[in-house]
Amino acid sequence: MKNYVRLNLSLLYWIFIAPFTGQFFKIAPIFRQMVFIGARAAPMVALTAFSVGVTLAMQAAHSLESLGAQMYIPDLVILTLLREMGPVLIAVIVIGRSGSAVAAELGTMKVSEEIEALEVMAINPVQFLVVPRFLAMMVMLPALTIFGNYIGILGGWAVCVFALDFNTAGYILEALQSADTWDLYSGMIKSVVFAWIVITIACNAGLNVEGGAEGVGQATTTSVVQALLAMLVMNAVLTGIFFFAA
Amino acid sequence: MKTNGKPMIEVDGLVRKFGDRAVLNDISFNVHLGDTLVIMGGSGCGKSTLLRHMIGSMKPTSGTVKLFGEEITGMKEREIIRIRLRFGMLFQSGALLASLTVGENVALPLLQHTNKSDDEIQEIVEQKLQMVGLTGFEDLRPDEISGGMKKRVGLARALALDPELLFSDEPTSGLDPIMTAVIDELTLKLTRGKGMTAVVVSHDMTSAFRIATRMIMLGHGGIVAQGTPDEIRASSNPEVQQFIKGEPDGPIPLNLSQDEHEHHQHVKPRPFVRARHRFHHKTG
Repeated sequence: MKNYVRLNLSLLYWIFIAPFTGQFFKIAPIFRQMVFIGARAAPMVALTAFSVGVTLAMQAAHSLESLGAQMYIPDLVILTLLREMGPVLIAVIVIGRSGSAVAAELGTMKVSEEIEALEVMAINPVQFLVVPRFLAMMVMLPALTIFGNYIGILGGWAVCVFALDFNTAGYILEALQSADTWDLYSGMIKSVVFAWIVITIACNAGLNVEGGAEGVGQATTTSVVQALLAMLVMNAVLTGIFFFAA
Repeated sequence: MKTNGKPMIEVDGLVRKFGDRAVLNDISFNVHLGDTLVIMGGSGCGKSTLLRHMIGSMKPTSGTVKLFGEEITGMKEREIIRIRLRFGMLFQSGALLASLTVGENVALPLLQHTNKSDDEIQEIVEQKLQMVGLTGFEDLRPDEISGGMKKRVGLARALALDPELLFSDEPTSGLDPIMTAVIDELTLKLTRGKGMTAVVVSHDMTSAFRIATRMIMLGHGGIVAQGTPDEIRASSNPEVQQFIKGEPDGPIPLNLSQDEHEHHQHVKPRPFVRARHRFHHKTG
């Protein structure tokens, strides 16, 4: 925990203070990490989001049919996706795919003396390794969430149009009418907070690996479990704040 | 004692304990400008731990380490960076960044700490790689080259900023005899020729006697013997004689007991190690 707080403080220093003392972070590594962390996860995100959209529409159809309220299926799909399922499920995918990869990569660097070598070369490991991954994650997780939301809405559309009595225009109009921008923003805020949680937990786990290959494996598992728990708890807290406290 | 210049490294009363056990117990020595100090000793006697204290990546339990006349033991991160730019370190495994190519690894300190143009950096990288006999390997990745080559790239990287002081952790282990000689020649050229100071941890006695101007042998947490190569060779200490001749029989115990062996406090002794320990008690 002490290490985690220290990592966060040093991240804040390198992102918000160091650039003003002339040590601006390099852009190229951030883009490289954006490809690793974000762009390569897009196919998995698309598949997950599409399945979720389809499932939501089918579940909604089943439940709302008995109430004679089938016209509200698009509302349910879009609101659930924007507020909850989009940010949470896409964060789950990114934790499993990118968070674990970051923890394993940094952990391997730690056990093979690479981190120590950086320190001896007077290169700060947080500045050199963590900052690009952090910034990439902060950009890419919300971006993936928006992308996933679109695909999920597409999944709902597929069910509504091909299996139920909707036409495309009706689906879009109904969906747009029910969702307002705050639904999107609340999801985006969640996704930014999740990005912070996922990448700092992954980096912290990686940088504090001890004891060889076994340690790397343990740290990777721990980082996934911790990130999932922290993310889900934080999701409940944020939902509470957004929709009930106000 | 030969002193041919100002002290570059001053280690004074260095004690490092893991739990109750002192791996390094009251170690003091100086390294002067232009010296090549070879640190020898059996596996697990604390050579690497000593080296880590000298580069400031471990903090001693007590005692001080001075580099270039400045004490580094209590230094803040920002101050120690200034010191670290003045020395290079070759790690035992090379410690190359696996995500970068050989050329990028050597270029890394130059990119981070100098304002040289890409062309100048390219030129320096080629020159350093040529020094270690690896011209034309710039674009390979560390996992595409052998362990000995990684080590030579590590040396090229350590020399990238033309340091005043070089630390090497077993620079020649895993190299063939010819490459060992090449690396030794290079060390000699840099130290005797250009006045660089070097601290080398080594098991390789041929290489050690070839490059050293001073030698220290560690054992039992302390310094067993120190002096010039000639003094060490003529030493009457039977442990020193056994070590430099590499004889199986002598005063140095064949197996380290559990509490002599260098381990971290949090690592519990594993069952099979304990079993082996008992076995040697019975037979020994």
